[in-house]
Order: sequence, then structure tokens, then C-alpha cells
Amino acid sequence: MKIPYLYSYRNLWARKLTTLLTAGGMGLVVFVFAAVLMLDAGLQKTLVDTGSYDNAVVTRRGAESEVQSIIDRQQAAYIEAQPEVALGEGGRAMLSKECVVLISLIKRGSETPANVIIRGTSANGLALRPQLKMIAGRMFRPGSNEIVAGRSVAERFNKAGLGEAIRFGGREWVVVGIFDAGKSGFDSEVWGDVDQLMQAFRRSVYSSVIFKLANSDAFDGFAERIRSDPRLTVDSKRETRYYADQSEKLSAFIRYLGLVLSAIFSVGAMIGAMITMFAAVANRVSEIGALRALGFQRGAILIAFLVESLLLAIVGGVVGLIAASFMQFFSISTINFQSFAELAFSFTLTPGIIVRSLIFALVMGLIGGLLPAISAARMNIVDALRAA
Amino acid sequence: MFFLGLILRNALRHKLRSLLTLLGLVVAILAFGLISTVVGAWYANSEAASNARLVSRNAISLAFSLPISYKQKVRAVEGVKDVSYANWFGGIYKDPKNFFPQFAIDPESYLRIYRDYLLPEDDLRNFIRDRKGCVVGRRLADTYGFKVGDTVTLKGTIFPGDWELVVRGIYDGREAKTDTAQLFFHWDLLNETMKQKTPRRANYVGVYVVEIANPENAASISQNIDALFKNSAWETLTETEQAFQLGFVSMIEAIVVAIRFMSYVVIVIILAVMANTMAMTARERLSEYATLKALGFSPRFVAALIFGESLTLAAIGAVLGILLTFPAARGFSSLTGTLFPTMQVSDDTVVRQVISAVIVGLLAAALPAWRAARVRIVDGLRSIG
Amino acid sequence: MDETAGGRAEEADAPIAQPGAPIISIRRVVKNYMRGGQTVEVLMGISLDIARGEFVALMGPSGSGKSTLLNLIAGIDKPTTGELLIDGEDITRLTESELAQWRAEKVGFIFQFYNLMPVLSALENVELPLLLTGLSRRERRERAELALEMVNLADRMDHTPNELSGGQQQRVAIARAIVTDPTILVADEPTGDLDRTSASEVLGMLQRLNRDLGATIVMVTHDARAAGAAQVIMHLEKGVLDSREVTVQIKH
Repeated sequence: MKIPYLYSYRNLWARKLTTLLTAGGMGLVVFVFAAVLMLDAGLQKTLVDTGSYDNAVVTRRGAESEVQSIIDRQQAAYIEAQPEVALGEGGRAMLSKECVVLISLIKRGSETPANVIIRGTSANGLALRPQLKMIAGRMFRPGSNEIVAGRSVAERFNKAGLGEAIRFGGREWVVVGIFDAGKSGFDSEVWGDVDQLMQAFRRSVYSSVIFKLANSDAFDGFAERIRSDPRLTVDSKRETRYYADQSEKLSAFIRYLGLVLSAIFSVGAMIGAMITMFAAVANRVSEIGALRALGFQRGAILIAFLVESLLLAIVGGVVGLIAASFMQFFSISTINFQSFAELAFSFTLTPGIIVRSLIFALVMGLIGGLLPAISAARMNIVDALRAA
Repeated sequence: MFFLGLILRNALRHKLRSLLTLLGLVVAILAFGLISTVVGAWYANSEAASNARLVSRNAISLAFSLPISYKQKVRAVEGVKDVSYANWFGGIYKDPKNFFPQFAIDPESYLRIYRDYLLPEDDLRNFIRDRKGCVVGRRLADTYGFKVGDTVTLKGTIFPGDWELVVRGIYDGREAKTDTAQLFFHWDLLNETMKQKTPRRANYVGVYVVEIANPENAASISQNIDALFKNSAWETLTETEQAFQLGFVSMIEAIVVAIRFMSYVVIVIILAVMANTMAMTARERLSEYATLKALGFSPRFVAALIFGESLTLAAIGAVLGILLTFPAARGFSSLTGTLFPTMQVSDDTVVRQVISAVIVGLLAAALPAWRAARVRIVDGLRSIG
Repeated sequence: MDETAGGRAEEADAPIAQPGAPIISIRRVVKNYMRGGQTVEVLMGISLDIARGEFVALMGPSGSGKSTLLNLIAGIDKPTTGELLIDGEDITRLTESELAQWRAEKVGFIFQFYNLMPVLSALENVELPLLLTGLSRRERRERAELALEMVNLADRMDHTPNELSGGQQQRVAIARAIVTDPTILVADEPTGDLDRTSASEVLGMLQRLNRDLGATIVMVTHDARAAGAAQVIMHLEKGVLDSREVTVQIKH
């Protein structure tokens, strides 16, 4: 069936203001849709980038995060002795016993507090995370009250910058360095010496144990054995999986909220498209009659008007996407529901998001333009020609 | 009246177009109202906060506790009328999705201080007497069908194990915005269990709640309390209850800001739609406006016609949208269960809805009205609608 | 049927309507339609023939059914009963989509208000019917340009309708009507909206098409001067053919 595409395209061009407003409305909806997906992708990327596939994290069974987790010294020692733990120089286990708690810091430029993760770790712990690079200052000295802050924490919180000091547990803790962990979850943490911190927090138990797997494939066997051992109260996940799971609730929240809002907004945009296309049909009744008289089928008329609506949607979609892509310059810091600690992440545009956004736009154009297109196709030729 | 009649009849000329525009307006105003209400719900707790109450927590963060021994010292501070304490329990009722706050409290002092929770005398007595008892709020009871005498089993996450509690009373809120989706049980039960299972965790509280005689002294009393424990192993941070509650909201500040932003985005979308409608309508009627001017009506009259039509549509859409916001909020509330403490459509929200509608009505008509007012009679008459 | 052989054709080289099978044959066509719950009878069993290469004008008072008959011949409407044989095919038997196809191939339209697409240029307007054929883009372009040359508007091919005068627009419409080389040309009050000079131009063009290309033209008009450009005038009265006369064709 032959369709007069040029006719559809030209008509959009002829009514610039209307085209602009209608496409603009749809573009705004696509912007929201894409931005939400980008935020979710950014969150996933941040947390998934955290950690290594070959590291295993051991926490208490049922603990939502390291913050809630408790591992006593005996269990920690037991895990250290497991065969799956890789051995480093001098036959020492490449394993780190860490203490992870929340401290309340005040955001820069405001009076409001937020919870930040502070991790007590050791030289082993640093070795397990090679992606960590000092970008200012130096690493903390073991056995001292020195701490280092992730880049995001240093930027956002009072007293967390290089040379500044945070007070807790009755002591001043000096920030001697800032680190960059490749925009992963660690960027939102503060690190210090595990023994010093445990003393300050009056804790005698660890939060988690992290070790490098001697053989990466042996992980599943290890996890299964640990889980089914009734004497132990711990579970294990690969470090990458552990952090990815940490994003579940927040990710679901963002996606659900964003999609609900996008759906509601799209109703407005589709109504706009419908109004525009109904007006277009009404203004071109005699043209429709002429096209039918010339021999174009009803179906061709239907598709021609649908194409017009879809073109509007694509224009809006592309503009919305371009605007959304600028969001990549921004980052968000908010509390991660599961860890109850601040997490910084940014907007990430992926090819999948581009495709989904354009499809969303097309669907809006389709639904908005369908009824008008049908009404155009149903016209009676003689009546249409009579309308001057 | 003639003017209004003219406007209405003009709007009715294009029934489909006016109807669709109206529908869009209703959806937009409704969405705006609903979003604003959800955002408001997050602030509900801070708004219900009393300025005569302070909250003391561990200075490091809320993740740390304070010794029970602090109670006497805090009570002794000048200006303090009453002290109670609570631990956030954070248990799971059947499914993690069924979220609601659970606190282990000292029943007498806590309910003495929180006078907004209304409990019949008998129920209060029964609760105090039964160490395994608990009281639940009305909204919580309605959501899960709790009745006095029922056993509620909570699966502990912070305090592991299965905790069986018997409902001894259902409390109502004194005001509409009081949180009635909470569960309270005995701190003593928690503590006794800890003494047996993990002794090192016994005798600690999550926060102290302090009632002061004179709200004006809040800042100084807070400082005095904190000074008591400075340089000890458990330093405190004391602030007004409102500041404490706002602290929670600020944690999700980024999200709140983003959602607020969205509510204005929907207004902009409907503005684009209405501007389009008015532009098309005005363009089609250009010859009529020219005729009116030829007859002697002023440009201002022509502009007023367009503004009038736009504002009338906006007004009708706003009224419908506002009216629908209330049942929608109720529906959302029942859908989310106990996730939000309350879901009230505030007066502030309604005011904002009205203002948004007015702004949309004015802005949408601005350009078309200006063009129509300025049209030269000769040009207008020549143009074919 | 009354046959009045009044006046000989002015021009000696006017083509004589060919004997044999007529190209358009209307047999006992009835057309009714509903208006406000009432049935209105427009054509009451009309029968007539039009020969190949004839230039026919349909005239009649308002309500006589002349426009309705034209619509039926053009295939944009269907009779209630009766047969319509055009170039040997009974088009009343065609389905709607077959009819659309048929129109694309066999009919050229000229409307009173031109009915050009305002957003397309003259050339693109003329190309429009060619979209329904299988011709390539280049071929379409060539044919359209040729058609515009025939109506002497080749120099205006990139103008849009609102940049052309009424007469020029109608000539573009004529070019559009002939570009597919149709079997019949159908014109509904083609000069109704034109001034005298433009009307004369358009009528002259139709005459040339009829004479040089042998085009069969059926034209509805209420203007006696326009009717005089045709070879045959058929008068309709109350839904049937009233009279048929061969004219003294006025050359334009």
C-alpha cells in the first residue's frame, strides 16, 4: 500500500509552533523517563563497580548490610583458616577483618546531618581493593588516629576534607588522604585502622570478613558449606554480588517511582498529541477527500496521520534524550535504604536506555495519534470533498 | 454574564478539544496534588513533633546506643520535666514488605510524655502489667487486622530471634497527622532477653526522649545534657524532636527534591498542551476577532475573551483535579499500607494546585491573546479560518 | 431520450465520437441517501452513454443529480442500484479498496476548489497520483514535469499553491489529473471559482486535451458559457436525463 510520507512530514514542518509545543510536551516526559532510568543505571553501576569478583564477603546471616552484621573473633578466625582463602607472601591469608559502622556527619553548606559509613580496615584490606587510588595526601598509618576519606565524602561533608578532623569516640581523627575508588560505593566511605576504630567504638566484634579467593570457581562450594554449617551464623557472597544486592531496594524504589510518574505524565503528553492530531485532521478534511479520490486507500490515510504523530513523538523523544544526557554532569547523594548510609552516584546513559526511551516516545505517539488517524480514515469521500 | 456565556459557548464549540484539554488539566492537577501530598507525608513526623521534647542520641550516629545509666543524670538536668527512652527494633512482620516502626519503650514514662497517643486506661494498665504485651496504633490495627488479645510475631533483624508479643491495646491519635502505624512493647523484655543471649548488648537504649518545662530553653538544655557526657565513652547529641525528625528527611533530601521537581514538570507539560490548544483555537478564529474589532470592540476585549476561555478551562480542570486528589490520596495510602505515617492532603497543597492552574491558564493564553489583540482588521478578515 | 442535432461542430477537425461500445455506460442507476431519517431520491434510474473521446458537459438545476452522477462515474460513491460500465468494467462490483485502485489508474480529477495539498509544491502535487504506481522516483519526476509543461506551468513547479493564482492552481490540478494517463477525466465545476480570463484558459486547456490526446472528459457545470466549450451537453432533470444536444463548440 502506497503512503504519502512526504505529505505527513511536510505538514509537521508547516505548523511549527504546534509541532514545537506538542513535541515539547512529549520530550519532557521522555526526559523524565530517561533520567529516572539513567539514575537507576548509575546506582547499579556504582554499586556493581564496587568490589572484585574474586573477593568473598562474609557477614552475619540475615544482615542487610555490613553495618548490621556481627562476626565474633572466633568465627573470624575459623574463616581465616578455610582452604578457599588465598595465601599471599609468607603464607599469610589474604583476608581482612573489618568493622563497619555509621557515623553522623554534617553536610557542607547546610546544618543537616547524614550517616556515612566508616570502615575499619587493615593493610590486608587495602590490598584486597586495588582499585583504590590515593588522589591527595597519603594512606593512614596503622595504629594511629589517621583516616582517609573517599572523594565523595570529602566533597560533601564538613570536616572530611584533607587536613580536617572528625571527632568521635572522644578523639579527633585526622583526614590525611583522599581516595578515589573509580566512582564505586567506596567513594562514599571513610577508612581507618580497624583496631583503633573498634576501640573508639567500644566494639569487640567485627562486622565482616573479606578475603580473596584462592580459586575463584571454588566460591560456590565455600558458600554452601558455610551456609549449611549449624555452628556458624554467617553467610557469604562474592564482593561484587554483595554490593549489587545492596542496591536492590533503592533501585526498585527509583524505578517504580519513576515509571509511575512517567506513566502519569505520558497521559498528559498523549492528550496533547491527540488534540494536535484531531485539529490537523479537522483542518485538512478536504485534503483527505482529495487524497482518497486520487486513489489512496483508507489504510494509507490512517498510516499517513499515524506517521505524522510518530514523527512528532520521535522529535520529542530525541530532544528529551539530549536533555537527559546532560544530567550525566550531575550526581546525587542520598541514603541507601539497605545500608542506611549515604551513597553518591550519578546518571548513566546506556544504549539500552536510549532504545527504551525512543520506544516509549513512539508508543506515546501511537496512542495519541490513533483515534485521530482512525477518524481521518473513516471519512466518506463525498462529504470530505464538500467541506471547503 | 454575557461575557461568561460567550466564553463558555466558545469553549463548547470544539467539544472534543475542550474535553481533551480539560482531561489533561485534571490529570496534571491531580498528579501535582498527589505528588505534593506524598512529599508532605515525609515531613509529617517532623510536623507532629512537639517543641517541648528533645531527643538524645549517641553522638557518633543513630547506629550506636546509650547506656541506661544515663537516665538519672539526664533527669537531673535543670529544666527537664520527664525522661523516657526507646530502642528501634526494626523487626519483620511476616514479610519484609510489611514495614512499620516498632519501638521497645518504657511504657509509663514514654506514654506519659507522648500524650498524643490515646489509650484507654484499662488497656494501658494491661499493657504495663504484661511484659510480653504490646500496643499498636489504629492504622496498624486496621491494616493488618490486629485485635486486642492477638499474638503478633516479629522476626528480629537487629535483635535476632522470633519475638511473640500480645496486643494489649490499640491507641488512637489525638490529631489527624499523629502517627498511628507504630507498635510499642516493653524495653524490659528486650533487655532481659539480651542479658541472657548477648550480655554485652544489655542495658542500652537507642534514644532518650526528654520533656522540658519551657520550650524556649531547648537549645541550652540540649547543650547541658551533651556537656554531661562529653569525653565519656558514649557522647550524646541532643536536639529538638523536630530537628531529629527533619534529620531523617534530609537523608533522602535528594529524592525529595527530585520528586518536588517532578511535580512542577507535570505542570509544564500541561502548560505546553494548553498553550497549543489556545494557539490553535485563536488562529482558527482570527477572522472572528477581526470582525469583533471591526464592529468596535477593543483589542482588550478580544484578549479578554481568550484569557477568559483559557482561565475558565483551567478553573474547571483545577476544581475537578483538586476534588479527585482526596480520594486518590486515600487510595494511595491504602495501597502503601503503613509505609507512610499519614497521607493527608494539606491546605498548602490545594493552594499550590490553584496557583498552578491560574498560572497555566494565564500563560497558555498569553501569546494567542497578544496576537489576536494586535491583528489588523483587514488581515484578520481576509484570513480563512 | 431526445436527440437534438442542433448546429454542426465549428471545427472541421473536431474528433467525431467513435461508434461502437461507449466508454461510459450508465444503466438504470438509482441513488438514494438518508437525510435526517428520510430517504432522499436523487437519481431515479438514469441511463446514458458517453463515447470514447467525447467532451461532455452535465447541466441541470440544483438537485437534479448532476454532481451525484459525476461522483458515481468517478468511483468516489456507489449507486444504490444499477450498473456503471466504464471501459468495459462494471465498477459497481468492485470493493472499496479495488475501487481506490481503479480510480488511481483510470480517473483524473479536477475539483472546483482545486484541492491541492497546500504543503506540497506544484511539482509534488502533480507527482502525488504517481505515488500510487510502481514508477521510480526519477520516472515520477519526469512525468510530472512533462504534465506541468503541458499546462504551461513548468516555470512555477517549485511554488506552493498559496504562491499561485486561482487559474494557475487549477492548471496544476489539471496537470495532476492527466499525469497518470487516465481513461477518463472528471471535472466538477472547474471554472466555478475563476475569473473570466482564467476560466477561458482552463477551458481551452481541456479542449486541447480532448482534441490532441483524445481525452474523454465529463464536466459538471452550471455555467452555460463553460458548457459551450464541450461537444455534448446533457441536461439532467429530477434525477433522469432530460435532453442531449451536440453543441456549437466555442473555442477557448
